Amino acid sequence: MNARDTWIGDWRAALQRSGAVDDADADELESHLRDQITELESVGLTDEEAFQIAVGRLGKVDQLTAEYAREHGDRMWKQLRAPAPDTPGRLSIAVMLAFAALAAAIVLIARLLASSTASDVLLLNGPISPWFIRDLGLFVLPVLAAYFVVVRRTPTRRVLVLAAGVAVLALAVNLFPYAPGSASDQLVWIHLPVALWFVVGIAYAGREALSSARRMDVIRFSGEWAIYYALIALGGLVLLGLTILVLTPIAPDLIIEDLIGWIAPAGAAGAVVVAAWLVEAKKSIIENLAPVLTAIFTPLFAVMLVVAAVGYAVTGLGRDFDRDLLAVFDVLLLVVLGLVVYGISARSATQRAGLMDVIRLVAVVAAIALDLLVLVAMLARIGDLGFTVNRAAALGLNLVLLVNLVGTAWFTATLLAGRSRPVQLERWQTAYLPVFLGWVLVVILVLPPLFAFA
Amino acid sequence: MNIDKDLVAAMATPLVLAILAEGSSYGYAILKRVRDVSAGEVQWTDGMLYPLLHRLERLGHIVAEWGESPEGRRRKYYRITDSGRAQLADQRRQWETATRTLGGIWGFALPATGA
Repeated sequence: MNARDTWIGDWRAALQRSGAVDDADADELESHLRDQITELESVGLTDEEAFQIAVGRLGKVDQLTAEYAREHGDRMWKQLRAPAPDTPGRLSIAVMLAFAALAAAIVLIARLLASSTASDVLLLNGPISPWFIRDLGLFVLPVLAAYFVVVRRTPTRRVLVLAAGVAVLALAVNLFPYAPGSASDQLVWIHLPVALWFVVGIAYAGREALSSARRMDVIRFSGEWAIYYALIALGGLVLLGLTILVLTPIAPDLIIEDLIGWIAPAGAAGAVVVAAWLVEAKKSIIENLAPVLTAIFTPLFAVMLVVAAVGYAVTGLGRDFDRDLLAVFDVLLLVVLGLVVYGISARSATQRAGLMDVIRLVAVVAAIALDLLVLVAMLARIGDLGFTVNRAAALGLNLVLLVNLVGTAWFTATLLAGRSRPVQLERWQTAYLPVFLGWVLVVILVLPPLFAFA
Repeated sequence: MNIDKDLVAAMATPLVLAILAEGSSYGYAILKRVRDVSAGEVQWTDGMLYPLLHRLERLGHIVAEWGESPEGRRRKYYRITDSGRAQLADQRRQWETATRTLGGIWGFALPATGA
């Protein structure tokens, strides 16, 4: 490929970025461009001069794409429509609906079994056994993993490994003798879905689960899934609320309780699969949302973090140091990490370091500084009062996140200094994923026995 | 002399249809023809021609077909349809009326039917 082909390739990429110019249009414009270049060269211009003039005559890229967008508005805002018959698309919808129904059915059956026992735990308008809440992830996420296994035609051996992983988690979670309402119980309830999401991720990645690029796809998928799920949940709430309002005058309370107690959980379970399917179906159609939200919130979080870091540095942590503060900071670090990861996922490998990377670095460094302050205070507290299962879990997650953010800060700084490439930052994040999985498994499988299921 | 942008935009459709009425052609050649006929006075941002061609295609006035240039490059050729010819005839009547009206005031006259 010579220099001219590279220039033309870049120009094409710029044209197509907005989505208004499709491949065929770009072919047509490129053909025009090459005709023009040939003609200009035949009158004695150099390669580069000819390219510059030809591109100039075709018009500014933004004006050109705006004109295309006006003519091809449908491309900018494609509706999700049922594919024409006899395409594989219809089958894919049927498979998706079958798995969504399966997830809903499992949740309902579990709900039926769980509500039959007397319990003081109240959920979904009725008493319910604690195991229902603890196992919630197990009813739904393995179904989602199974959906990907079927869609991707995963080889049997790999399926068995995934199934074995799910089985180990299910057994451990249900055989461990937790005290009802104990801290261990709650920790498992929070961490089990995360561990199961890794199973989903591995099923999603297919056979290349070890490649960095594929892992990045899993991260992108997870972000988009969360957004679609939130949107579906919002719609579901509106539907549910209106249904209740409409039915209240004519129906006894029973119907309304049934709605909340049975239909809502079934819908929530089914939506897990539907959202995953939507991400896949709409992947190439609209711009991914997670990176857009990231671009909006990274600068805002950077400001907040810097203010907080300076504030805490000036005032100190104070005597009323809240014991939950470490958990709050874990959430904060998770958010910062999310912003960083989705920011990276949207940046193209060839893009040079820019302002956004500076903002990202500021956010990460402020988060690290803030976290170190809290960590030191927390270690002192643990030194005085000793470990509990909650403190151990929070401290562990804190350290896992801290190491990741330090690495992130390092690679972002060297990227800005021009001494590393974006792909290294990406590899750092994708290579770190197993550490998260490892820690989550420790919390589920090791910490509860260690602290006598307190 | 620079022709006003709005006027160029108004001319664009009949101009493209008229050139395609001479025979099927492709974007680059259409623009060359415009430049030749107007002696370079009708200036166009080259890229803007293509959305116009796509609009005319959507309206059914022209049809497009991928072919190859003599050098073996992929190239999209456009051909006028019957509906395009009808549209061209209609536009031509309008333009003749417009130029006749202006000519009546400015002191030159155009034949009532085209040459």
